[in-house]
Order: sequence, then C-alpha cells, then structure tokens
Amino acid sequence: MTGFSTLLYKELLRFWKVAFQTILAPIVTAMLYLLIFSHVLEERVQVYPGISYTTFLVPGLIMMSMLQNAFANSSSSLIQSKITGNIVFVLLAPLSYLEFCAAYLLASVIRGVVVGVGVGLATVWFTDLPLMHPVWLLALTVLSTGILAALGIIAGMWADKFDQLAAFQNFLIMPLTFLSGVFYSIHSLPPFWQALSHWNPVFYMIDGFRWGFFGHSDVAPGLSLLVVGASFVAISGFTLLLLRHGYKLRY
Amino acid sequence: MTAALKVTGLVKQYRQARALDGIDLEVSRGEFFGLLGPNGAGKTTLINILAGLARPTQGTVEVMGFDVAREYEQSRRALGVVPQELVYDPFFTAREVLRVQSGYFGMRRNDDWIEHVLHNLGLTPHADKNMRALSGGMKRRVLVAQALVHKPPVIVLDEPTAGVDVDLRQTLWQFIRSLNEEGHTVVLTTHYLEEAETLCERIAMLKQGRLVALDSTRNLLSRRHGHQAQLKFDGEPPPSLGLKRGQSSCWLYGFQEYVQLETLLAGLRTAGIRVLEMQLIEPDLEDVFTEIIQNA
Repeated sequence: MTGFSTLLYKELLRFWKVAFQTILAPIVTAMLYLLIFSHVLEERVQVYPGISYTTFLVPGLIMMSMLQNAFANSSSSLIQSKITGNIVFVLLAPLSYLEFCAAYLLASVIRGVVVGVGVGLATVWFTDLPLMHPVWLLALTVLSTGILAALGIIAGMWADKFDQLAAFQNFLIMPLTFLSGVFYSIHSLPPFWQALSHWNPVFYMIDGFRWGFFGHSDVAPGLSLLVVGASFVAISGFTLLLLRHGYKLRY
Repeated sequence: MTAALKVTGLVKQYRQARALDGIDLEVSRGEFFGLLGPNGAGKTTLINILAGLARPTQGTVEVMGFDVAREYEQSRRALGVVPQELVYDPFFTAREVLRVQSGYFGMRRNDDWIEHVLHNLGLTPHADKNMRALSGGMKRRVLVAQALVHKPPVIVLDEPTAGVDVDLRQTLWQFIRSLNEEGHTVVLTTHYLEEAETLCERIAMLKQGRLVALDSTRNLLSRRHGHQAQLKFDGEPPPSLGLKRGQSSCWLYGFQEYVQLETLLAGLRTAGIRVLEMQLIEPDLEDVFTEIIQNA
C-alpha cells in the first residue's frame, strides 16, 4: 500500500504545486462561462419550470470543469513524465499495474472534485442552488471523473508528443463535453442531434448530475447512473488491460 | 548461492532490429562487473530488461534469483538502476524526490539512509533545492541517490560518468566502491575504459547484441600479445627494421620479448640513426577492447 499511497501523494503534490494553473484557472474559466451565458440567456431561456437559466447552467458547468480537469490531470502528468523521461522512476519501482492505475485515477478524481467544489462555491454569489440528492451527486461525481481520469491515462500512454494529446483532447474530449447538454436541454435540439446526444456518455453524466441538484432531468436518473457506471467499468477495465501489458510504457 | 544476475538465452527483437542475440551471462554476488561495448551494442537494452523496462523476446533474466517477469516485485526491490539519460522530476526538490522514491519501494521512514546517501554524494547543501535549479552534475548525483534509496543488493550504473566533472567521478566511485566492499553487486557500463579497468573485476563485451568477450579484467589485459615501443629518430630508419609510422613524427615498434629491442637498437646504430626519444606503451583495456571489437 505504501507504493500506491506514495504515488498518489506525488500526483496530488504535483498538481497542488501548480494550483494556479490546475485549480484556480479552471474555476475562473467556469465563472466566465457563467457570467457570459447567464447575462445573454437569463431572461430568454427557461429550461425547466421554476428554475432560472443561471441555476440550470451551474451543475453542468461544475460537471464539465470536473471532467475536463480529471482528464487533464492524468493525461498531462503521464505525457510530461514520458517526454521528460522521469516515468522511469515509477516503472523501476515494484508497483503493480493496479497500484499505478489506482493512484493516477484517484489523484485525477480528487483534482476534478477540488475544481468542482471550487466552481460550486464560487457560484454561490450568482444563484441559490438546491441540493436534493447529495449522495447521488457524490456517486456520479466519482464515477464520471473516474471515467475521464481513465481516458486521460489511456491518452497519456498512447500519445508520444503533446500534439497527439492535444488532438485527443480537442477532437474527442472537448466535443463530448461541450455537446453534452451543459448549456442546454437536449429536448431543445433537432431530432438528429437529440438522438446523437443519447450516444454521448457525457450527456448522462451532466443530466444525472443535474437531477441530483433539482430532481429534474432529460432522461430517467437511473438510466444515467447505469450508463455512467457501465462506462466506468468498461473504460477503467480497458485501462487496466493496457497497463497490464505495459502499452507504450514497457517495450 | 544464487547469482546476483543470471541471464539465459536472452534475445530481444525490435521489429527489424535484433538488439540482443542470445546472451548468457552470470554475475556473482559482490562482484564489480563491467559491461562494455560500442554504441548500439545492446548494453542499455540488457539493462532495461533487467530493470523490467523492456521485455525479453526469448530467454530469462533473474536478479538475486527472482525472475524479472514473473517475480517483478522482488526483482525490482533487489535492483537499483541509474539510467543513462539525465532525467528528473521538475516539480520536486532533491529530498522530496528521494522520499517519494523510497515510498515507491514501500519504505515510509527512510530519512536516515536518505541523509547518508545525500551526504556521501555531496548533495546535502542542495537537498532542498528544486531539481530544475541543480546543475547537470548535481542532477546526476540525485539520479544515483534515487537508485540507492532502497538499499538494493544489485546496483546497475548505465554510463554514470558521461559528461560529468572529475569531482563527481571521484565522489561517485568512492561511494560506489564502499558499497561494493559492503557486499553490494555493481554492474557498470561506461565508455571510459580506464574506469572499467580500474574498478571492474570482470568484464563482458557486447557487439551487435552478442557477447564477444567475458573474462576477468586481468585475463583480458594479458590477452594482448607483445609490447609496443614509441620512438623518435633524427632520420628515417631503414624499412628492414620493421618500424611503423606513428603520429607526430613518431615510429612504433611491436615486439614479443624485450631482447628484441637490442636487435632494433643495433640495427639503428648500423644505419647511423640516433634515438631521440623512446617510450614503452603498456597495453590497456582500450587496446584490448579495440582488438576484440574489431575482430569479433
């Protein structure tokens, strides 16, 4: 356990030492989204009855920030270690692939949660957010950030240069998170895009998360939990498989 | 007693290239062992397989009796590797790096040993500086310290003195020698052959993934037959004396027995050539290395 806890500690220390960039910056970005979108749309859009647009927007923004940061943490840590070569210190150690995976995953989940809590606290000034199902929110947070953290591990292992990682981030992670209903209800979309959204696992993360706050959602919350839970099992299982074979780490 | 390292029938194939082509090698406990070879001979690949950074295509490798694939936890605990590349983690100080590395090896309270290693490598005054702020030589020392942090019985140093100053070399060898005297097995690769000659009891030479020599340093040095003299004259010696032109107006004379020098000097006297300078060149590991690698 000491090996795992040390790797976890090192990963936490890594992002904590650059907290301006890893925690404060995404909180500021989320605040800017909130300011701009709520200013433009507050009076024009009401997605759920009795819930203002700003209030509707906040859970999605929190979840989006958590997801993007969970992904960024594991992926950037791994690629930096690979490119600078210091990944060798972890690979030389008697750590199992399970410990390796768990430490990177958990550190990324924690960064996601810290950013999410930061965004949540910062929005207190803008809106009064109900908190209907806190345990549900916690479960969905852990599973959702876990999925993105695992994807980050996969991307970090796969990419040989920053350019490839940026491609993974910009052409896969960003569209999935932006087109997941953070800023709108998918019921407002044309049928084609609505159908397509149902194939996006991030949509279920956002929608289920929103249900935890308001008790309102686009699809049944049970379905969201099922999709998110199944995705977590599948993606983390795949990550473990890659790590077990030392994919692009041990040649 | 199990060997410190045991390599059996080791083959490593990278797509088109065969990096290691059937290596059999055993290093006893407590040995100071040299692994030599030109660039691309397969030394680093062999070390990477020992360390579990690369996987064998065929064959087995054991560290202190533990198979590096099946019993990787025990074999990695038994091994401390100083990598060739000057790598470091820019987020941490030297002391943090060593504490983290100890933790990876399951050691929670290791501060006494960390201080001992820092002190012996001359790192104590720099221990709380960020890795980025350290000079190349200091970073290299931290790399060595990281490899030693879990007190491994087998220490592998992959060109540890490449591009470092005399001070570090002396500090490093002093410390590594003392560890060897305490019973640690040391495997060294280096391009500085005089280092290998002075430090290593036994040497293996690799060329294109094959073992071309494996013997004690003394035996390897005695392999080179005969002696060589380097001379300068006040004129051109007759070709019949068998001298070869060397560098900067010197001549080289190869001979088996010292008595042959008398014959040479007599011949020179007859030809009216005066000897201005004469120097005997003892064979060193570099000559042996060049000869073996060229003939292999």
